[in-house]
Amino acid sequence: MGGIPHDHYEPKTKGEKWLHSRLPIVGLMYATLTAPTPKNLNWMWIWGIVLTFCLVLQIVTGIVLAMHYTPHVDNAFASVEHIMRDVNGGYMLRYMHANGASLFFVAVYAHIFRGLYYGSYKAPREVTWIIGMLIYLLMMATGFMGYVLPWGQMSFWGATVITGLFGAIPFIGESIQTLLLGGPAVDNATLNRFFSLHYLLPFVIAGLVILHIWAFHTTGNNNPTGVEVRRGSKEEAEKDTLPFWPYFVIKDLFALAVILVVFFAVVGFMPNYLGHPDNYIEANALSTPAHIVPEWYFLPFYAILRAFTSEVWVVQIASFVTGGIIDAKFFGVLAMFGAIAVMALVPWLDTSSVRSGRFRPMFKWWFALLVIDFFALMWLGAMPAEEPYASFSLIASAYWFAYFLVILPLLGVIEKPDVQPATIEEDFAAHYGGDADKSAE
Amino acid sequence: MFKKLAISTAAAITLATGAFAAGGEGHIEDFDFSFEGPFGAFDQNQLQRGLQVYTEVCSACHGLKFVPIRTLADEGGPHLPEDQVRAYAAQFDIYDAALDEDVPRKPSDFFPESALENAPDLSLMAKARAGFHGPYGLGINQFVKGIGGTEYIASILTGYTGEEKEQAGVTFYENTAFPGGWIAMAPPLYGEDVEFADGHDNDLHHISADVSAFLMWTAEPKMMARKQAGVVGVLLLTLLSVLLYMTNKKLWAPHKKKH
Repeated sequence: MGGIPHDHYEPKTKGEKWLHSRLPIVGLMYATLTAPTPKNLNWMWIWGIVLTFCLVLQIVTGIVLAMHYTPHVDNAFASVEHIMRDVNGGYMLRYMHANGASLFFVAVYAHIFRGLYYGSYKAPREVTWIIGMLIYLLMMATGFMGYVLPWGQMSFWGATVITGLFGAIPFIGESIQTLLLGGPAVDNATLNRFFSLHYLLPFVIAGLVILHIWAFHTTGNNNPTGVEVRRGSKEEAEKDTLPFWPYFVIKDLFALAVILVVFFAVVGFMPNYLGHPDNYIEANALSTPAHIVPEWYFLPFYAILRAFTSEVWVVQIASFVTGGIIDAKFFGVLAMFGAIAVMALVPWLDTSSVRSGRFRPMFKWWFALLVIDFFALMWLGAMPAEEPYASFSLIASAYWFAYFLVILPLLGVIEKPDVQPATIEEDFAAHYGGDADKSAE
Repeated sequence: MFKKLAISTAAAITLATGAFAAGGEGHIEDFDFSFEGPFGAFDQNQLQRGLQVYTEVCSACHGLKFVPIRTLADEGGPHLPEDQVRAYAAQFDIYDAALDEDVPRKPSDFFPESALENAPDLSLMAKARAGFHGPYGLGINQFVKGIGGTEYIASILTGYTGEEKEQAGVTFYENTAFPGGWIAMAPPLYGEDVEFADGHDNDLHHISADVSAFLMWTAEPKMMARKQAGVVGVLLLTLLSVLLYMTNKKLWAPHKKKH
């Protein structure tokens, strides 16, 4: 565990020794459960458990749903209705799966912004961050393809619009689009391959989650101060940390239970709140919905995609310089993927030597603005593509890029950071010294 | 900082979803239904009346192709006796490929599809339209009122002004609830279109509400079971949260009393 000195598993009985010399799996589980964890972790460090729970929930409900679902354009919509009406508890399975996707994204956005604020991406945790970004990308792909499966109007038209984005790539775009669709347009081949991939990708995500955990168990957890755990001796390390079990398992489970109260209230009492009514109309290639809107968790990046129209000067310059190869549509696609790419590259864009935003007086404000910017983009993504929303989208998109490409590199140079505590123990004592109250933070 | 963040996350999500549900400019009247709210339940008598209105009026053009007729006997739904369900099914024919002729439907068959090509299927209509987006477009009132699909249907049925216009050979009827204000469906109900055996009110307002309630049931037949599961889930998880909170507090207490 990150060179943090701690007790190791010692096989005692003959049987344990026999197994340990052949496969040290008990030792691995012991090391995972007793991992020394910074004791000052606050409530923003609970999202990992929530995300793990979501992945398991989605896989379990998904496997059962797949037993009753038919991936064929003639039967998909009806098979979903069959699940809702005839399968035992089918309505619950489907609503948990659909709303589980939303919970998954609520948790992943909280998890990402936690990392951005406390500098969890900084050395030596860059690999953890990059793997996390890959997981996030796969989640988006999986969520998008899952939304297509019920074969409602939004499924069909969402698939048409999003796969169309790939068609905007010069020279090879059309081939990629055809490959994605399995033909010239969204049809049975599309539905079939989306079903296949929607079933496959969660297991790829599960594999990456293991790597993600392995990576941060190698470096040790970050914490709200960004100060590293002392590694000089076991005694020293134990002043900064507590074992993962039971301290953080119980804490995380408490947080998960509270979140699940809200989740079950949504599933039980307003399960269609986050969905679009149009998706209860069977897909019809001859009738386009008035507004094609992606699921809420795609809206910020959808807003960035739409922000760069041919009237924007950057787009015009790009088009002129490349002789028209980069047109407005392709520019939008580049911007959308670029918005995620700059986030993935943040370990190398942030030049500050201080990890946690808590001790960065200027950074705090720019970060707060980034959070507001994110929600503004989410709202703008749901608005029609007209003024004044188009201008707002452009400003909000510009800030997103400016934060990562200009502000973070500059802040590291011009900002004078606050004094950081010498140790985690000191920070913990400052928060909880003499008092058992845990409500702070 | 992150507490504020969490609150604004919740607010923004509701904002975003509320916002993209918005856009219907028709006026939706807020009808009171027995199945609203976390503890709401279908009114069996109302569903049976609604079934009668559907059968005598709506089914002339519209269908319910996703609804198995046998579910009319389901508890929590119209809950018709088995023999009545059999008799009900038998009044619709279905093509039997083996015999190469039309035979009466059985309870295991589905309701017929729409008879008129441009009449949409009504199985899921109560979920395919949203009547409520408030307050401030947040959609939070769906927690107590549902998404308002039933209100949308009832408002359409009662929203005709009597004005007509002709466009490219098609007659349109002015309707205060329909987005755009002009609908191609002729007024289906005028009041007293059906006679209820129990002598229940059959004015326009009542029969519109009855058939809308029936269409909520066709769209979400397991609504009551779902809400019960929700109540149980919320209660048990709240209890679990309290227990875990106390466990957590006790577990950490010794480590927070240093100094």
